[in-house]
Formats: sequence, C-alpha cells, structure tokens
Amino acid sequence: MTLTITRSGRRPAHSAPSARWRSRKVQGWLYAAPTAVIVGVLFIAPLVLVVWMSLNRWPLLGQATFNAPTNYVKIADNPLFVDAVLFTLKYTAITTVLLSAVALGLALLVQDRKPGIGFFRTAFFLPGAVGFAAAGLLFYGMLNNDFGPIDPMLQSLGITDEPVKWIGTPNMALFSTITLVIWRFAGFNMLILLTGLQAIPTEVYEAARSDGANRWQVFTKITLPLLRPTLALMLILSITGSLLAFDQFFVFTNGGPDNSTVSMVMVVYRDAFFRFDLGGAAALSVVLLVALVGLNTVMMRRLR
Amino acid sequence: MRRRLAGISLLGVLALTAAACGSGGGDGGGGGSTQAADTPVTITMWTRAATQTQSERLVQEYNKTHKNQVKLTVIPTDNYQPRIAAAAGAKQLPDVFAADVIFVPNYTSQGLFMDITDRVNALPHKAGLAPSHMKLGTLDGKMYTLPHTLDLSVWFWNKDLYEKAGLDPEQGPKTLKEFAQHATTIQEKLGKDGKVHGTFFGGNCGGCYVFTFWPSVWASGGQVMNAEGTQSLNDQAAMTDVFKIYRELYEKKATGPTAKEEQGPTWTGFFPKGEIGVMPMPSTTLGLMPKDMKIGVTPIAGPDGGESTFVGGDSVGISSTSKNADAAWEFLSWTVSDQAQVEVMAKNKDVLARTDLASNKYSAEDPRVVLINSLVAKGQTPFALRFGQTFNDPQGPWLRYAREAVFGDVSKLPQLNAEITKSLQQ
Repeated sequence: MTLTITRSGRRPAHSAPSARWRSRKVQGWLYAAPTAVIVGVLFIAPLVLVVWMSLNRWPLLGQATFNAPTNYVKIADNPLFVDAVLFTLKYTAITTVLLSAVALGLALLVQDRKPGIGFFRTAFFLPGAVGFAAAGLLFYGMLNNDFGPIDPMLQSLGITDEPVKWIGTPNMALFSTITLVIWRFAGFNMLILLTGLQAIPTEVYEAARSDGANRWQVFTKITLPLLRPTLALMLILSITGSLLAFDQFFVFTNGGPDNSTVSMVMVVYRDAFFRFDLGGAAALSVVLLVALVGLNTVMMRRLR
Repeated sequence: MRRRLAGISLLGVLALTAAACGSGGGDGGGGGSTQAADTPVTITMWTRAATQTQSERLVQEYNKTHKNQVKLTVIPTDNYQPRIAAAAGAKQLPDVFAADVIFVPNYTSQGLFMDITDRVNALPHKAGLAPSHMKLGTLDGKMYTLPHTLDLSVWFWNKDLYEKAGLDPEQGPKTLKEFAQHATTIQEKLGKDGKVHGTFFGGNCGGCYVFTFWPSVWASGGQVMNAEGTQSLNDQAAMTDVFKIYRELYEKKATGPTAKEEQGPTWTGFFPKGEIGVMPMPSTTLGLMPKDMKIGVTPIAGPDGGESTFVGGDSVGISSTSKNADAAWEFLSWTVSDQAQVEVMAKNKDVLARTDLASNKYSAEDPRVVLINSLVAKGQTPFALRFGQTFNDPQGPWLRYAREAVFGDVSKLPQLNAEITKSLQQ
C-alpha cells in the first residue's frame, strides 16, 4: 500500500513521458516479436535440440539415452568423414577460385550499358533460376554416355574419339561437378559483383585515365581495391556454400566413383537417414556448424 | 512433443547445413483417432516408386470394392528410406507402409511396425505366404509384415539376337559359364557397331550386385553371409568365382561400355531396346517389355549349374504409431486374399505373394510366369539388420568391394571384406 502511495505521489511529475516511454518500449517489443519468434522457433530451438541430440543415443522411435561424448569421439573413427573433409576442402578451394574468376570476368564483360547488354546479363543469370537438384539431373542426362547429347556432338566434331567418362573417374567427376556449379552460380555471382562495379564512381576512373593509367593499372589499382567489400561478400557466400555442398554430389555423382566425391554434408545425411544414427549425425552437424561459424568469423575479420 | 520437436529440429538443422536438403513430412499423418466400426475410414499408405505399379493396382481395386479407402503416396525409391526415417523421428508415419523387404529387419528392430502376429495366425492361407518375406518380417518370434510385392532376379535373353549370333534362340544359359559364352558370342558376332552388347549389369550400384550376382553363389551351394547376418562370406570361392567370370566379361568388352558407371536408375533400360543379348533382370519388368520382343526367361545359375534367385520386392506392415490398425489390417489381409492375388497380381503377370496360388488361370497362359512363380520357394532373401548401410548404400563397404573385384585391385578384397563384416556388426 505504501509503495502504491509513493508511486502514485510521483506519477504526476513524470506520468506523460513515462507513459510514452513505456508505450514506445512495448511497441519496440511488438515490432521485434515476429522476428524473435521466427529466430527462436526456427533457429535457436532446433539448435539447442540438435546439440542435445548429439549428446544422446537417439533411436527413430523410443527413449533416448545420454551417451556423451560417444557421438563426438567416434567422429575420428569415421574414415568416410575424414576423407569427406579433405575432399570438401579441395572442392571448395578449386570452386571458389574458378567461380570467382569466371563471375568477375562476366561482370566486367557486361558492366557497361551498351545495346543488347540486357540480353547477355539475362542469359548469364538464367542458369541461376534452375533448381540445383534439377541442374544436377540435367547434367547427368547431358553427360550420360548412353543417351546424353554431349558425347555424340564431341565425336561428330572430331574432338573426341570415344565417349568421355564424365563421372567415371575421381578427377573427371570432380571436374564435371565444378563445371555444373560454375554454370549454375557464375551468373548469380556476376550479379553481386555487378552491383559492386556500378557503385564505383566514374570520376575515379576518369581521374586515373587522365593520369595516364592503362587498363591493367585501372583494374588492379582502382577496380579491385574498390570492389573489395563486394568480393568479400561473394567469397563468403561461395566458400560457405561449397563447404555445405550436397545436392550436386548427391544427385549428379552419388558420391562416386568409389566414394571419391563424398562431401561432409553427405556423410551427415548418410548417418541420419541410412544408418539411422541420429545422435551421430547431430554431432557431425554441430562440428560442422562450429567450424563454419569459426571460419566465417575469421573471413569477416580478414576481408573487412 | 519433445521428440516431435527434436525430429523436426534435426531436419531443420540438416536442411540448413545441406542448404536446401528438403524432406517434408509429407501428407502421411498418424491417422487421428480410432473410428467407429461402421464409419468409413481412410487410411494412409506409402510405397516406393520401384513397386508403384503393383501398389496402385491393389489400392485401386480395394477402393473400388470396399467402404474403407486407402490414400496411397508414392515416394521416389532413392528417397524412400530417408523419408521413412524422417517421418518416424517426427511420429508422422502413415498408417501402412511398404518397404524393400531387405530393410524390414532393421525397421522392425527400430520398432516402426506394429506386432500383427495374432492377426497373421488367423489367416486361413498363412502357410502359403512367401516364406522369405515372412522370415524377414519376423523378429523374436513376432510377425510384423506381410509380403506385398515380389520381384525376383532372373536371366532374360533376347531370342532375336541369339538367332542372329548363331545361338539356339530357344535355349537360354544353364550355367554362369554358359551365360558368359553366350554373351561373348553375341558381342563378337553383333557388337561391332557399338550398339549391341553381350550383357550388362549395374557396375556402380550395390543393390544391383546383390540382386544379380548373389543368386549365382546360392545356386552353387554357397552363402554370402552367416545366418545371423553379422559376418560377410563374400571372400569365399563361391563369390569370387562369380566375380571372376563377370570381370572377364568386362575385360573382353562384352558388358557394354557404361556398365562400370551404371549407378542403378537405368540398368534395366537397355534390354528392352534390344541392345543386350542376355542379362540378369527383375521379374517385374517382364510385363513391361515391348510386346513384339521375343524374350526367354531362365533362372540364374551358378558357374557350373544349379538355380536360384534373389527374392526381392516389398513387405508391408502397419506402422506402430497408427490409430487405424483395424482398418489397416482389413486392407493388408485383403491384399493377400485369393481375389487380390489372382485377379489383380496374376492377371498382370506379377509374382504372387502366395506360393499356394503359383499355378492359376492367368499364370498358366505364360510358361515364363509359371517358372518365375516356382522360383519363389527356391530363392533366398538374405537377412541382416545392417543390410542397407552395408550393401545398398553407395558409400557402404560392399560397393567398393564389388567394384574392386570386377574392375579393380583384387588384392584389396580381404581388407574390404573385413570392412563389410564390421559394418554388419555395427
């Protein structure tokens, strides 16, 4: 009662601003609530539960039993995962370099507004509209030695004498998959770089040219440094996407030949859905997540 | 609720890490509350695409003639096992689901199927149910599944190509060695244009190897695993002799140039084009062959004779989370009735789930069907709790073993066979 009197005694002096402040505070919470709920339900809760699953033996049906740290310890004994880590790193390195080079080349080609440039921009971007799994199937059909059109075309042009084993050897399977990824993503990355290129003021180029800079000097001293933030974004997207590679290998090579194109996420998928080792798969997911968060933090700092 | 959230959460994080590895819960649904006896019930059923035709025929006929209805969902074969796993984790299994018979022991051990022992024992024709399917659907003396569709591996030979190659078109191979001779002859006589080949097999497909190569082992009296399914015997002569014959065929280029890369989806697509002389094929494809194609069918033999088959196909059971067990059983028991087996399955040249109906008014019209039906009792379906992850999984140890045996370095086989055993014991 005393408290009520005391508060009610102070209220007249601050009632209007305090009410407004409270009202703004409530409004703020209301604005943030939908996003907070989405993040909480779709990210925080699953994350907490997956971490909990990784600490348990988790059958499809029935009671889970706490077995920490078994699921983490046995990762080292999984030769498929160790090989998959090495393969995924190799794939990421090659893909990132080639994809960046092709995307930058395309962006430089179509950066100036010229007649018909819209057609080329659209054409380069179009593969990005094809779903990744569909793109994998498309390449599987195109490069199939039995019914694909590529081999007969190459043979009729005299480029090859016999069908090429596009996914028949480890190196060819990797090469074919990287070709697929570049075809699918180069246009999208080109678009990102194009926005960066168009944000560079033309005055800077004009000043450089009036100082006598040639094309190469303009590219290395003006374009690349000013494109750095956009390149950083593209690199982060490309590296993260490559480390999480799944669809292209699952659909196109099926991990073959002889497990030579098994990515890290494929091992997670296999443990969860073929071996029904949900706890083990959750542990792999957590390890992968921690590694990615760490890597992205380092990249953000280095490329800022 | 916690487990459902956990199932969804696993899917969520896997989907995030896989950057769009979609696997929706589907429209299965556990089935809701138990219905009154006289109220029509619609039960949900899942089946895989590989046996879609047979499942659809059964469901259509049942829905036409019964008050209760079945809503069938067909799932791509390669995604079927992951979908079952995801649905089980979220307790979203359909009322009834079919499964590749070799995965059934694992599913029953995980508790996915309902115990139907009493209901099966009450069936008047219980003794006639396909023995291999019933064996794999039984765990610790309790029965969980019924045979749904049967798919047997047999040798098909193209009579036209045999005639053109100077072979007797009415006489298929009686031994694996004879099979190799026929394939080689066809390759030598007709294979110069690069289109016709002596034989074909799925060289990058673990399931194809077990389905087509293992019957030759059984035919010669060998085994591929111990009875408990925990030890691989694939390093023994009965198996390695079979690999040797196929290896020679590949080295002679009698197998078609893409046999080594064939991952499975298209391995049966070459024979109907008239491009292959003789090859192992699934019996369910007989009814799908071109009408004007002259095809001979003979049991798979061992190197020196004998005959056997891999009795594959699907078993079907009621999910342990179903709320419509009575309605589900009404459908399941009907699928193995005389009416469904003869008027739906036999009429369409499918192999019957009951051995007592092997000779019927439809099968008698085609001696090849009679032959296939007769093999149900002679064939085998191997038992192993870890079958899928060991033999079917493209990343499993068996595929590497088989590929080294046929195309690669045979000195690696002892170590790889040990890896198969290790996988079986996990």
